[in-house]
Amino acid sequence: MRFSALEIIKQGLIGNTGWRPHWRSPQPKSEYDILIIGGGGHGLATAYYLAREHGLSNIAVLEKGYLGGGNVGRNTTIVRANYGMPGNSEFYSHSLKLWEGLEQELNYNAMMSQRGIYNLFHSDGQRDAYARRGNTMITQGDDAELLDRDAVRKRLPYLDHDNARFPVLGALYHGRGGTARHDAVAWGFARSADQRGVDLIQTCEVTGIDIDKGRVTGVQTTRGAIRAKTVGIVVAGRSSQVAAMAGLRLPIESHILQAFVTEGLKPCIDTVVTFGMGHFYISQSDKGGLVFGGDLDFYASYAARGNLPMAEHVMEAGMALMPMIGQARVLRSWGGIMDMTPDGSPIIDKTPIEGLYLNAGWCYGGFKAVPGSGYSFAHLLATGTHHAPAARFRLDRFARGDVIDEEATGSQHNLH
Amino acid sequence: MRLTCPVCGDRDRREFTYLGHETYLHRPPAGAPAEAWDAYLHLRDNPAGLTRELWHHGSGCGAWLLVERDTVTHDILSVRLAREDTA
Ligand SMILES: Cc1cc2nc3c(=O)[nH]c(=O)nc-3n(C[C@H](O)[C@H](O)[C@H](O)COP(=O)(O)OP(=O)(O)OC[C@H]3O[C@@H](n4cnc5c(N)ncnc54)[C@H](O)[C@@H]3O)c2cc1C
Ligand SMILES: [Zn+2]
Repeated sequence: MRFSALEIIKQGLIGNTGWRPHWRSPQPKSEYDILIIGGGGHGLATAYYLAREHGLSNIAVLEKGYLGGGNVGRNTTIVRANYGMPGNSEFYSHSLKLWEGLEQELNYNAMMSQRGIYNLFHSDGQRDAYARRGNTMITQGDDAELLDRDAVRKRLPYLDHDNARFPVLGALYHGRGGTARHDAVAWGFARSADQRGVDLIQTCEVTGIDIDKGRVTGVQTTRGAIRAKTVGIVVAGRSSQVAAMAGLRLPIESHILQAFVTEGLKPCIDTVVTFGMGHFYISQSDKGGLVFGGDLDFYASYAARGNLPMAEHVMEAGMALMPMIGQARVLRSWGGIMDMTPDGSPIIDKTPIEGLYLNAGWCYGGFKAVPGSGYSFAHLLATGTHHAPAARFRLDRFARGDVIDEEATGSQHNLH
Repeated sequence: MRLTCPVCGDRDRREFTYLGHETYLHRPPAGAPAEAWDAYLHLRDNPAGLTRELWHHGSGCGAWLLVERDTVTHDILSVRLAREDTA
């Protein structure tokens, strides 16, 4: 079924009795051409682009829980292309362009909202760094605008501009950045992949990877063995465990990232704002909740919940930046498991095992990457060659010393 | 989360900074091959469950601590001075 305004009217006339599930729930077959382990944003996008760009459809996505139940449904939904390092810059630029046509392409309302992002700066040094970043973005073909103090004061009147310690001196503005409805992105990719013949298999946990003479031959799952000559691991925070099933040890440590949402409020923040002092960023969801977050909890964790010190730090940073939010009541907080790499950048690559591919290490920035990552990973799985915008996300770059350290914080997993 | 420092006693997690897995205790000798440095700096077992890691008591005695911790439950099983382990 194609979604359209006409369809809504038609369904209204028949009491909305004609809507159908968005995808099938097939039994797993005993063999596929390609298996994707992990039904998050990246896994579903990979399956979709394999079908759409490469005409393949004998594919299954194996998800241990339900589709979109992982980080793709737990993030703060910010989409942007304001990276500066070669490797990241071209990749996120490509991903943002895919986002811009995504809803029409998928025939799905992902509530993509290019409401703009303000990265605030509070010192001369930060201004210089943002000016440089802005130039890099423009050179890449994306948009960036350096705003002075008065311009920010006019556009974001609710900030504590004259804060004695952290005065707002200006911002780097990225107008094409914004937010999207995270669940809908997963659902949209799932529905379109399903329509193109991909089997989406839920409650199917991969428990082993079968390898014969250095070549992958299939996987063991809680719903039986499934054979395939090409297998992609796309399991975000669980990458180390699944890779270990193939005897691989990854440059990854899993960490917790928390987020928070307040009760629904009247529209008050119509954009995305990031604080340059103390890690804090905020937007307002279409339901009215203020959605905000900060840094990792900083210690290795698989708990999918955080601790109080970071919650406190995030609230303090928020109050320092925009005291007006102090009256809002926090409704919920949660955490997601982040696959942190030692340079903060991801991996889209082959593994030493023939036919086994890895898509991992998205740290806390993988939502904006969903279309770009799916597109590039599908290219790698289908052709065996690296897609140009993702060609630097190599697994062996750490051993080669060719890291992509966007934040220049050194090779420690929790510092990015 | 609270840690019991062998020197200072039971303290809030805010007093400590996490460095990483105990791998950091086993620095390769000068001249070791690149693979050894790669394993030391980057590769991790990354267990879901029991792990051993280094924390620094920066707002207390300043000691480096070897902490045995569960990454799923956040339970702390033991805290020792790291220097006792490397001696
Ligand atoms: C609080 C928070 C805020 C964030 N904010 C942003 C943001 O603003 N912008 C941004 O760009 N990014 C953000 N991120 C990061 C982003 O959410 C992740 O990088 C991205 O979602 C990870 O890729 P994924 O969607 O494929 O992961 P997931 O949705 O986690 O998918 C992985 C799937 O693999 C499945 N799986 C695991 N093991 C197995 C197995 N053995 N067998 C079968 N299936 C398995 C899991 O159940 C899961 O569904 C945030 C993350 C968090 C937690
Ligand atoms: Zn102490």
